[in-house]
Order: sequence, then structure tokens, then C-alpha cells
Amino acid sequence: MQEINPVLLKELKQRFRTGKTSWLLALYLLAIGTFVLGFMYLNWRSSPGMYQPSRSRELFIVLSAAQLILLAFVTPGMTAGVISGERERQTLSVLLTTRLTPWQIIWSKLVSSSAFVVLLVISTLPLYSIVFIYGGVSPGQIMGLFGFYLVTMFLFGCIGVVCSSFFKRTGVSTVTAYGLAFALSAGTGFLAVFLEELERFQRSEVMTPGFVDGVIELLQNINPVFVMMRVFGERGIDTGINFGIPYWAVFTAFYLVAGFLMLAWSARLLSPGKRRSIK
Amino acid sequence: MIKFRCVSKRFGATRALDQFSLDVPGGLVYGLIGPNGAGKTTAMSILATLQLPDAGNVAVDGRDVAGEQGEVRGMIGYMPDFFGVYDGLRTSEYLEFFAAAYHVPSGRRPSLVKDLLELVNLPDKGDSYVDSLSRGMKQRLALARCLVHDPKVLILDEPASGLDPRARAELKEIIRHLKQLNKTVLISSHILPELAEICDEMAIMDRGRLVACGTVPEITAVSRSVKQIRVEVLDRAEEMAAYLASLSGVKGVRVDGNVITFYLSRERAGQAELLQEMIRDGWSVLEFGEIRRNLEEAFIAATDGEVEKVAGN
Repeated sequence: MQEINPVLLKELKQRFRTGKTSWLLALYLLAIGTFVLGFMYLNWRSSPGMYQPSRSRELFIVLSAAQLILLAFVTPGMTAGVISGERERQTLSVLLTTRLTPWQIIWSKLVSSSAFVVLLVISTLPLYSIVFIYGGVSPGQIMGLFGFYLVTMFLFGCIGVVCSSFFKRTGVSTVTAYGLAFALSAGTGFLAVFLEELERFQRSEVMTPGFVDGVIELLQNINPVFVMMRVFGERGIDTGINFGIPYWAVFTAFYLVAGFLMLAWSARLLSPGKRRSIK
Repeated sequence: MIKFRCVSKRFGATRALDQFSLDVPGGLVYGLIGPNGAGKTTAMSILATLQLPDAGNVAVDGRDVAGEQGEVRGMIGYMPDFFGVYDGLRTSEYLEFFAAAYHVPSGRRPSLVKDLLELVNLPDKGDSYVDSLSRGMKQRLALARCLVHDPKVLILDEPASGLDPRARAELKEIIRHLKQLNKTVLISSHILPELAEICDEMAIMDRGRLVACGTVPEITAVSRSVKQIRVEVLDRAEEMAAYLASLSGVKGVRVDGNVITFYLSRERAGQAELLQEMIRDGWSVLEFGEIRRNLEEAFIAATDGEVEKVAGN
């Protein structure tokens, strides 16, 4: 039987055996749960004695958006110290002289750090069941949303790992990872809207979609907020561009390819001769 | 067992290794000595496959460290000068983790961990958390970690730094035991006497170059024969320096105001003779005395950085 990667096993052991993990999980659920129940309470107060099922969908969207914001904060923060932390603890040089390859080290660090974030997301499933009580959201949309979360977490995690491999200090790595995650989450969305506004000014009548429309379509396909809204069945910016594959396939392909390229670069940074500093 | 051939390595403008060559025979405890910045750590990190040389090559048991990293890593155990341990892991888990990282079969690990903890005198610490151990215990644990895959070569970079005398003695005892197990141990220090007790042979490095290599008695004999002398004169210090430089057995003459320092390769009687010569020749000597220096510094200064093969290896 194939043995579990030792780094992965060690990291999981270290992360999950401490009481801190349980507390963090409890606090996360408390924050999200308070948010959901507070939203329901406010609804109930506006029309006492009844709950409007049509607002389930609204709750679903708000809950999902809140979770996306939390993921954007938690995931890069969890991974931005995986290599630089080893460097700071002066354990990296020893790890690199074992039979483990840089790729194995990088991959298992990403998986172990992401495992906790995945646990956070999965543990919120019961909260989503509140939405199901009153209907308004299909199971397919829930599955689509969780698939979307996983892909988003993967790239955000990879951003943290590559920053951690590139920068010597965890502080610098974390700030840079947050900056990049913000640029991806908000920057691409703002740019898409900005370009659309520019286009609208210059567009006098109906024209065939051009290069800028293609850029806008790509930007909204890789922007997590736009993609999440499309998972809910909302329409994005109408560019008239069709890439020939659905929006979620463009999103998934872009995030996976970008993520794997970042991991490959991280592994390369850990190889002898490319290494910035082993201590 | 270990061969460095004309190895050079630069870090920006700093030349860490400069045409460094060295042969370390198998089964010996071999000391690498030199002041800070001599290139010991760079040489060891290249040997440990953590750095690539800019020029030259390094081999362990005939395997090139740059081209056959996987095989070399299986043959070496490396303990860096500064190392950390993982929080939240027990001592036995720490060793099991490294055993797995070296592909030691899982069935062998429990007994291996037990044996290694006994070897490094930590048999009752298997369930203790690694971060709760004292520095000396961590050092011994790190040594056990180097041995999990039964390597032929151990690379120990300044293993005794920061240890108290008792911990140093324990470490030396373990290294002696490793020699009995026929391991080749390359060990570095910037203090020659620290290694003299446990090494069979040693090499002295300075500014990235090999200055000397040989057996411990030969190296220490050469080092002890060199004294650093300080002379204070009333006047004509520059002329006095030129005069001293012309004498046999005098090297590295330096002038600072009316004070002259130099290295003298003579016995104590020779020092007295030199002082008599100076008085007789009319120099106004105010003070004449020996400065206590490290043996390796005296050696390096006395050889002026020229490679001196004390022994015939």
C-alpha cells in the first residue's frame, strides 16, 4: 500500500492535535452561524410571525459571499508561511537533505494547509441546510458552489505557497499573498466593469464583439465574485463573446493551470542552485 | 570517501570557496577548522546537496553531489550549524517522520527509533515533545535524526556550538561511538582544540581555501610552534618592522604606532635570543611579550594562506 507523504502526515498531526484547531473551527462556525441566524431574525422582525421563503435565496447568496470573503482571508494566510516558516524555524535545510523532492514537500504543504480550510467549509454545510428548509436553491447550485470554493481555495493556497517560497520572511510573504488574492478577487472585477464602461461610451450602435469584449469576458470568467454570482444563476456582463466552453470550465482551467504553474515555480525555487536562502 | 576538487562558490561579491580541494578518507572523524567566514559551512552545504558549486566537483563515495543528489542524500546525514525542531511533535514522532522521509520501511521504524534514542542517551524521552528538550538534548536528537537511514557519511556543522561542557562531553562520546560504527564523520569548528580530542585528521581553511591538512598531532605541533609577539619601541617603529621582517622565522609583521606585532616560528629560547639581538643592535624596546592566540589563527597567519600539506594524505 502506498504510504502517505510523511510531510503531509506530520503537518496534519501537528495542526489537528492542538486545541487551537477546535477553537478556530468553533469560532468560525459561531461567526457564520450568528450571521445566518441574525439575518433570519431581522427578516422575522420585519414581518413578525412569518418567514418569507423567497428570502432563502437572498440568505444563500449573502452566506456564500460571506464565506468567500472569509476564504480569501484564511487560505492565503494559512499557506503564506509554509516554506518561509520552515526557513525561519531553521528546519528547511534539514528537510531538503532527505529523499523527499521539492515537489513532494510543496504539494504536501499545500494539501495539509488547505485541509483545515476545507474542513471549515464542509463544517458550514449544516448552515446551508437552513436554506433548504424553505427552498429557493437547487442541490446542483450547492454542489456547484462547493466545487467553486475548492477551486478558489486551490489557487489562493498556491498564491500563498509561491509567496512563501519566494520571500524569506513570512510577514512579507503574507502581505504579498493577500495583495495578489485581492487583485484576483477585486481587481479583475473592477477592471472588467471599468472596461465595460469605456466600451459603452465608445459604442455608438450594435457592433460585433471585439478584443476588449474578449478581455472583459475572460476577466469576469476568472473573477471569483462574478463566477459565484453566475453559479447562483445571475447574469454577468453581456459581452456577446462565447469561448466555446462554459464559464465554469474557463474558471476551473485558469485556476488549475495557474495554481500548478505556481507550485512548479515554488518547487524550482527550492531546488539547489535556485534556492534563495536555506536558513 | 569524500572528494572536493577545485570547488569554487561565490555569493555576490563574496568568494566563499576558492579552488577548494580536499580528500576525506572513509571511516575517519575528520575536522574542518577555520575562522568564521572561512567557507566551512559553504563546503558542507554543497556536500549536503543544498548548494551547487560554481566550479569544480564534489563526490561522496564516487557519486557526484550535483548530478546524483538522490543517491548522495541516501549516503549522508547532515546536521547544520543552526537548526530548529518542529513544535507539537514527540521525539519518537520526530525521528519516525525523518525515517519516512528517507524511505525507511515502516515496519523497521519503531525499533530503529528505540535504538537511536538509546544511542544518543535519550531512551526515556520518546514521548517528550521535541520543543521541551534542552539544547544539548536537541543536539543529540538531531544527531540521531542524521542516523535514521544509516548513512555512511555524517556532516556535522559546528555541532558543539552553544553547548555547555557536559553536553559537549556527551556529544564527543557519541561521535567516538559513531567512529566505531565505521562512519565517516566530517565535523567543523572554529576552535581547533575542541576537535583535536576526537578527530583523526583535520584540515584548516581560510578565506575559502585549504591552508593545511594532516593528522591532529602534526597540525597542533605546527600551530603551537608559532607565537604571536608584541613589541613596543620608543621610536623608529617602521625601521624596526623592516628589520624584523628580514629575520628568519618572522612572518606577518604589522605596525600600529609604536607597537609592532609579528609571528615567530621559534621555541621560547628563540624568543629570548631575538630580544637579546634587538637590544644589542640598539633598538629602544619598552615591552616584549607573547600574545595568546587561537592555534588555528596562529597557523593561518604563520602560513600566510599558503597551502601546507603537513601529512602526506
